[in-house]
Amino acid sequence: MKKETWKELTIGTINLEAGNSVQNLTGTWRSGHKPEFIEEHCIQCFFCWLYCPHFAILVEGDEVKGIDYDYCTGCGMCAEECPSKEKSIVMVKEEVKLAEGGTE
Amino acid sequence: MSTLKTLNGNQTIAEAVRQVDPDVMAAYPITPSTAIVETIAKFKADGLISGEFVCPESEHSAMSVCIGAASAGGRVMTATASQGLALMWEMLFIAAGLRLPIVAGIANRALSAPINIHGDHSDTMGARDSGWIQIYSENCQEAYDNFIQAFRIAEHLDVRTPVLVGLDGFIISHSMEVIQVEEDEKIKEFVGEYQPVYPLLDTSRKITVGPLDFTDYYFEHKRSQMEGIENAPGVIQQVGKEYGEKFGRPYGFFEEYRMEDAETCIVVMSSAAGTCKDAIDELRNEGKKIGLLKPRIFRPFPDKEIAEALKGLKAVAVLDRSTCPGAFGAPLFTEVRNALYDYDPRPKVVNYVYGLGGRDIMVEHFKEVAEKLDKIAETGKVEEMYGYLNLRE
Ligand code: SF4
Ligand code: SF4
Repeated sequence: MKKETWKELTIGTINLEAGNSVQNLTGTWRSGHKPEFIEEHCIQCFFCWLYCPHFAILVEGDEVKGIDYDYCTGCGMCAEECPSKEKSIVMVKEEVKLAEGGTE
Repeated sequence: MSTLKTLNGNQTIAEAVRQVDPDVMAAYPITPSTAIVETIAKFKADGLISGEFVCPESEHSAMSVCIGAASAGGRVMTATASQGLALMWEMLFIAAGLRLPIVAGIANRALSAPINIHGDHSDTMGARDSGWIQIYSENCQEAYDNFIQAFRIAEHLDVRTPVLVGLDGFIISHSMEVIQVEEDEKIKEFVGEYQPVYPLLDTSRKITVGPLDFTDYYFEHKRSQMEGIENAPGVIQQVGKEYGEKFGRPYGFFEEYRMEDAETCIVVMSSAAGTCKDAIDELRNEGKKIGLLKPRIFRPFPDKEIAEALKGLKAVAVLDRSTCPGAFGAPLFTEVRNALYDYDPRPKVVNYVYGLGGRDIMVEHFKEVAEKLDKIAETGKVEEMYGYLNLRE
């Protein structure tokens, strides 16, 4: 993505493309752990969706369906908060590889 | 026709506010600026102003309200002093970074500790790197004139930078003076209608104000912010000239008093410059070739213009009403001396700190300085680069 020079920026740090933080793939921040969704244990309480600081819980229709790894930073909050008898989200090890995109 | 009114410094600011009638006025009262806020509140209660008056729970919140209101697209003002300005500190940088043309009246007062309510420049000098334009006033008339011009300067499309107008606490804020108040209509015409840039209330366009920058954008945004204050000098001059044409009192970056054929000069801002003029008159009567240079604009600092005005002199004393502990001299001194560095020949420049916590400075103290300048001019030697006036040693 070509970055503007200071002369090309809008006055006062104003961002004219509201909502363009979707371009910022926070998933590139993950460093060694990622959540794994186990659908058969899930009671659809939506706690994970509520707690996830990066809106990285995938929802289809009325149901939690998994994790959006483009934005999941691997913070582990969803796994911590998941109240189902047997955890529906568990943190697993992940090989770290430098992803493309995101910020410098 | 302008009318003559007897007002103190705080009332002149409130009077200017009434005439400009900004959309939002948000302030928390603090001595010695309380009467600005109080008078505005009274104007509002009496139905003399139409803008919103907000009195939040602190100065931090007052500046936050100003930032919110200015982002929404309003013309905005506030007033404070001392600890109040200090409490606004983090928000000052945000106002400047967001390029919001907020105008603030500051009744300059000392900072704690020890607690002191009297006038010095520690508060605004503490905020000198916050990105705000700084204008200082010698008397009530200048406070009124500067405050009105501040809106035009701040709101100019090439500038869009907040402006603070300083008036010395008590010495100006509480001293009655007969001033010329211009007609409401003429002032409204002079400041003109405010045109916000990308206001949040324009719902046809979705924008984000104050987004997060990482290492890849922060630097560019800060560089782009500099553009506003760097464009200010031309606008300040243009507005000062236009004000003069309209109301008969022109303004520039600084005032020179009896500087023709001067060999030495005292540089001092704000109310002390008034006393200094009397001292200069007496010294001139004694045959001394001394003048005064009174900076009006401290940020952006008019370095070239001040250097040009001082370069041919033998000795210059810069008087500061604040200290800069651990630095090479107080704030005004470092600016003036630095501005002269590239000139050859250049005058010897010394620094005197005066008036902390409202300590008086009298004609005799300026004469003391003049004597020291004479000696430096004569010998070409500086024995004491940094000193204090009217301090028990
Ligand atoms: S690990 Fe953190 S970021 Fe990733 S889905 Fe769970 S809560 Fe969201
Ligand atoms: S918190 Fe656990 S149980 Fe609740 S919706 Fe998320 S994954 Fe399912």
